Amino acid sequence: MTEPLLQATNTGKIYPGGIEALRNANLTIAPGEFVCLIGASGCGKSTLLRMIAGFETITTGQITMRGQPVTGPGPDRGMVFQDYGLFPWLTIRKNIAFGPIARGRPKAEAMATADRFVTMMGLDRFAESYPHQLSGGMKQRVAIGRVLANDAQMALMDEPFGALDAMTRERLQDELLSIWRATDLSVVFVTHSLEEAIFLADRVVVMSPGPGRITAEESITLERPRDVSSPEFNEIRRHLASLLHTDHVREAA
Amino acid sequence: MSEAVDRLALDPAPPRIDVTPLLRIIVPVVLLALWWVGTALNPGGLIPSPQDVGTALWDLAFGGIYDDAFSQMLLPDLIASAGRVYGAFILAAALALPLGMLIGRLRLVKELLEPTLQVLRPVPVTAWLPLSMIMFGIGPKSAFFLVALGAFYPILVNTVFAVRSVEPRLFEAAQMLGVSPARLFPKVVLPASLPGIFTGLRLGLGFAWVVIVVGEMTGVQTGLGAMIMDARQLSRTEIVIAGMAVIGVAGFLSDYAVVLLGRRLLAWSPQHG
Repeated sequence: MTEPLLQATNTGKIYPGGIEALRNANLTIAPGEFVCLIGASGCGKSTLLRMIAGFETITTGQITMRGQPVTGPGPDRGMVFQDYGLFPWLTIRKNIAFGPIARGRPKAEAMATADRFVTMMGLDRFAESYPHQLSGGMKQRVAIGRVLANDAQMALMDEPFGALDAMTRERLQDELLSIWRATDLSVVFVTHSLEEAIFLADRVVVMSPGPGRITAEESITLERPRDVSSPEFNEIRRHLASLLHTDHVREAA
Repeated sequence: MSEAVDRLALDPAPPRIDVTPLLRIIVPVVLLALWWVGTALNPGGLIPSPQDVGTALWDLAFGGIYDDAFSQMLLPDLIASAGRVYGAFILAAALALPLGMLIGRLRLVKELLEPTLQVLRPVPVTAWLPLSMIMFGIGPKSAFFLVALGAFYPILVNTVFAVRSVEPRLFEAAQMLGVSPARLFPKVVLPASLPGIFTGLRLGLGFAWVVIVVGEMTGVQTGLGAMIMDARQLSRTEIVIAGMAVIGVAGFLSDYAVVLLGRRLLAWSPQHG
């Protein structure tokens, strides 16, 4: 196995007030790997993602990125938020150039980079528009574009398509996959949709609440593009649903 | 597809009459009519008729009717007042903007200053008048102080609120893109709070016009407020009303210019664009 890009070891999170959001999570992400975190609300999937991003402090254990402990947010781990988090005062082009400029790239170079990703994300028509003029799907394209333009090694995506309509979501899933294949980006993708997880991931990590923890991991070896209506797809879906379901039964008991 | 679009574009829109100007003019016309009827029914009353005020306004602007101390004084008085309004406004902004940013973002400064400012804020500008004349003397310095005081609080309060209510998500977005904590203020806080700060500046300038008459009660010789005070002492009520009208129009035009500026500078903001 290649050296892991990211490694979480016995990672736990206890919020002030004693609420245990995550207990003893162990997770390894290889370079270029696409991993989905799935589970019911309260299972700690977003907490784990935000700890990887460096937005949440780590209570126990540790998280390392290329062997270096994660102590705060950094441009090597780009985050895509469900609510976009675009800068409303910047045009789409300048939103995408924001990262390179923040990291001290010369303005002309940053703008050239931005233009490349504006085109890549199909945003040419909106380059000089402001975020509030765009639809949700377009805004999420910008959010993905700015992470790519910033040379992130890992994209952390927190239910990025959760607020979009079904058609837009499917299109963005396809686009995300083709971008991911064209780059050496690793993706950690949080979702509560089994179908989305199986459609996208190399590996699905199943998490459970009370306290949040990782309960199972499944590699998905189906050929891409995956057919969500195929028997193989459904079998995996049934299997993962049973993993999520046993958990619900235990919760109810 | 493109053909359909072209055909749509060629289709002439049905002509529609824009009634907005009409809607905007109704209330002033009705008020003016009521005023005129009221004074016409009560010829010996203390309130002058619209015609009297119109005549006074003409004489204030161009002279040639009464040729007294007020004739042709409109422009110099307007310039004097506008100078005080804008000067005091700039002074107020120069103090309130940095102070508001510090109070909004730094706990220490907030605890240090906010209680004092919250107690001082409800004190009306009129109540400051006597003290101001003792501290700054009779004349323009006092006027300047009072007008600046009127403009100060709206700018301060809106700036504090604006820098405090920046969406936390934007800090996370900036940090994950490589902005260091020390650079968050210029890269995120400042641009994100511009619409709120702009609202504060607009309100502040409006308040400066509101308090100009009080400010010019401090014994200054020029200005629309001084003109109104002089006219009041001489029972020239038509000049008082003419002065009120000029302040109203000047304040309105000044605000309109600010709104236009805001639309240009804040085109990105759904509230301003």
